[in-house]
Amino acid sequence: MRFGVVRFPGSCDDVDAQLAASRVGDAVLLWHADHDLNGVDAVVVPGGFSYGDYLRVGAIARFAPVMEEVVAFARAGGPVLGICNGFQVLCEAGLLPGALLPNDHLRFRCRQVAVEVVNADTAFTRACEPGERLSIPCKHTTGRYYAPDEQLDAMEASGQVVLRYAPGENPNGAVRDIAGVCNEAGNVVGLMPHPEHAVDPLTGGSADGLKLFASAALAHA
Amino acid sequence: MPETATLPAIDEAVALGLTRDEYALILDKLGRAPNQVELAMFSLLWSEHCAYKHSKLLLKTLPTEGRHVIMGPGENAGAVDVGGGLAVAFKVESHNHPSAVEPFQGAATGVGGILRDIFALGARPIAVLDSLRFGEPEASERSRYLLDHAVAGIGHYGNSIGVPTVGGEVYFEAPYEQNCLVNAMALGIAETRRMIRSAAAGVGNVVVLYGASTGRDGIGGASVLASAELDEADGDKRPSVQVGDPFAEKKLMECSLELLERGLLVALQDLGAAGLTSSSAEMASKGDVGIDLDVARVPLREADMEPFEIMVSESQERMLCVCEPARLDDVLAVCARWEVHGTAIGEVTDTGAMRIFRGDELVGDVPVAALVDDCPVYPLAPERPSAPLYLAPAPTLAAGASVREALLALLASPNLASRRPLFEQYDWIVQSRTVRRPEEADAAVLALPDGSALGVAIDGNGRRVAADPYRGTIAAVLECAANLACVGAEPLGVTNNLNFGNPEKPHVAWQLSEAVRGLGDACRALGLPVTGGNVSLYNEGAVGPIYPTPVIGMVGRVPHAARAGRLGFAREGDAIALAGWNAAPSLGAGELAKLRGEPLPDALPEVDLARERAMLEAVRDAVRAGAVVSCHDVAEGGFLVALAEACLAGDLGATLDLGASDDPWCHLFGERPGGFVVSGPRAALEELGRRVPLDVFGTVCGDALEVAAGETRERWTLSELREAHGALARLFP
Repeated sequence: MRFGVVRFPGSCDDVDAQLAASRVGDAVLLWHADHDLNGVDAVVVPGGFSYGDYLRVGAIARFAPVMEEVVAFARAGGPVLGICNGFQVLCEAGLLPGALLPNDHLRFRCRQVAVEVVNADTAFTRACEPGERLSIPCKHTTGRYYAPDEQLDAMEASGQVVLRYAPGENPNGAVRDIAGVCNEAGNVVGLMPHPEHAVDPLTGGSADGLKLFASAALAHA
Repeated sequence: MPETATLPAIDEAVALGLTRDEYALILDKLGRAPNQVELAMFSLLWSEHCAYKHSKLLLKTLPTEGRHVIMGPGENAGAVDVGGGLAVAFKVESHNHPSAVEPFQGAATGVGGILRDIFALGARPIAVLDSLRFGEPEASERSRYLLDHAVAGIGHYGNSIGVPTVGGEVYFEAPYEQNCLVNAMALGIAETRRMIRSAAAGVGNVVVLYGASTGRDGIGGASVLASAELDEADGDKRPSVQVGDPFAEKKLMECSLELLERGLLVALQDLGAAGLTSSSAEMASKGDVGIDLDVARVPLREADMEPFEIMVSESQERMLCVCEPARLDDVLAVCARWEVHGTAIGEVTDTGAMRIFRGDELVGDVPVAALVDDCPVYPLAPERPSAPLYLAPAPTLAAGASVREALLALLASPNLASRRPLFEQYDWIVQSRTVRRPEEADAAVLALPDGSALGVAIDGNGRRVAADPYRGTIAAVLECAANLACVGAEPLGVTNNLNFGNPEKPHVAWQLSEAVRGLGDACRALGLPVTGGNVSLYNEGAVGPIYPTPVIGMVGRVPHAARAGRLGFAREGDAIALAGWNAAPSLGAGELAKLRGEPLPDALPEVDLARERAMLEAVRDAVRAGAVVSCHDVAEGGFLVALAEACLAGDLGATLDLGASDDPWCHLFGERPGGFVVSGPRAALEELGRRVPLDVFGTVCGDALEVAAGETRERWTLSELREAHGALARLFP
């Protein structure tokens, strides 16, 4: 199992994601300017501030050459995980529904949050149980998930809401406490919390985040 | 000589911050009058900020040698050996006046500047800490505004560049109302063999400027802003504050580290205060060479900039390097890969001079030594003030308040309340090294690849230094060392930021001299080298100087990351002890005295440094051995506040019987270095008690703090302690 972690100028959690993924497989960095995914089995679009997040979060990164390959890979059913800024990029790229808006309190907020697995049948939640609680840190200024009500109803009906903040844990005012979503096929998942920062109790407060990476490896096996 | 530039009058020199005598000295050194470019260069390099002219003689008295030291004062940052072929570079710097004028950008660029100092050595920045001082937040809307924006600025820069902000401190005192302090400390790790110095070398080698283009921002920052008192018209100085771009710096950092990783550079230096002038002159000075620069080749934001403006611009996110001509193409290719402008702008020469060209035209020619070494150094004229310098604080605690009310008032006071609303605005987990998060331990703990860790802390209580500059500074060093001991870290080196008022005034000179004497004595007693630091003077407004504020940063090593200490009680039934005190501490200059509105005392009690060192070592050993389950130093607010903090951090109550005391208020709320609240198995605590004074007072249990002390019996539920401790959230919603 080989993960590729995209590195844009301004990516910050790229090495962390590579370290996390390398706990369950091989992991390499993918350069933003290359039209090449190096034959990886899964792609992680990591957190950070790609291109400074100037203009609008994720809006410039989606035009990076490597993203053309990521989109093609995703459309062909390849597993793609977007974390924080990566989630924003995947929404901008049209691979995931909805959008991320500035937090309701308008501040950057870093804290450990509890999230509940709503759909345990995606490429990145297969190793979890439905309803399972994961303790994962989040840290962002622009993480308030939003989609119109009608679309949300349809997403809930089709299992596209993957993770929800546990009651009282919503750090940003996300609609319906949504922390993570997937595409219709379930191979593309995006979430605001940082599972790559919860892979070792020594530094992550828990190792719950490892399950997302293990899920991808499970599917590959 | 250059004839195109007009010869400035002496009034222009004075307007740029030079004295008439200094101008005469420049005439003497050059043998002629300087032109505009040369005068601009002198005015910056001879400013207090660059030349340390009022502090240099004092700083020479500090101990700088130690067996772990790899780089000492004079380089971009200090560095110590942490084993395994790795070095840690670290330094603290101030950005006080820019932050007072424009807090968001002032604080943001303060972080950007200190990070450049770290990666200029070839070290990857792994953490930022900050030390902040503002006026009273309840009374002053301006202080709330400054804090709010300074914290947002620090977060904006650190978060965006992917370096965690893992610790820090903030105090609120009226003397900082007009002149806030924003000090930022950074540390980085490097393979020792790959570190690089800033000395230019190799006549004929190429000087390359890379990073952001150069604009008119920050002109005169080092002289006009940093080396003068603030006044009413400071709005006019806003253009002297630089604007930060963390994305540009992120690319600059990765580009610099790749250039060094590939061994392409001879020397590297960041552009900070005084921009191209100081970076090039310092590189030339350290390498004992000359440098020719062509300002016409510097990429500009505004096409019509004059040579002197290009030389003094403090535009952010720029670096200057020296490489061999044969490596130039490789250097520029790495720059291009990171989408960073790289331009060859000059050459290393054997002239011993800084020669500035605009194309073929020579527009400035100054001996490097005159710029860097010949600035006059002024001895201070210290005089102990005969009357108190600072007003007593306004009382906020009723005279007849009970012990119960006093603890709640202390926990809710701005200096002691939980910093959660502030540190939640910082990313403290990126890079996957953070073993102890804010409020989990007295120092931040960062894992190293070999399973060991670094402990790092920053401290400096200005009120104690105001009461007694010598002993107050010793207390600041001991406080920082105590924080490291609580996580089990052996300190390896010290950095410091001396924030003081106008040193030309005898009382400020006295504060500064006494503080540096205390810093030196404390560091010598603890066996600690001072590896670098920064001096920020002229911190005063119309109403007088700030509290003298030496800020101490310390880095230490923890052998086993997983065993790093925590401050919170962790197990029901553990015994609780106070280690280190065999006499009651004093209330003078403490937090309770402040709430009561008492004036500062004339002096602090004496401390026995040899005994303090033994205490620190005993506590550190107990933490490393896992003998104590929790360890928290008794600091501001005294023993009872430390107990309450240990309860809150562990979400567990405690029951204690302290016995009768002659002065229970001193016992409960007094402050003095060297006290620790520890918990663990009773036998393990008693073992520690064989090395140092220690009294077992109680047990971890329940969901309330219950304390008996002679006739006094008090009880606080955890929820009411937490409610009080959360007071800052109400001020900064």
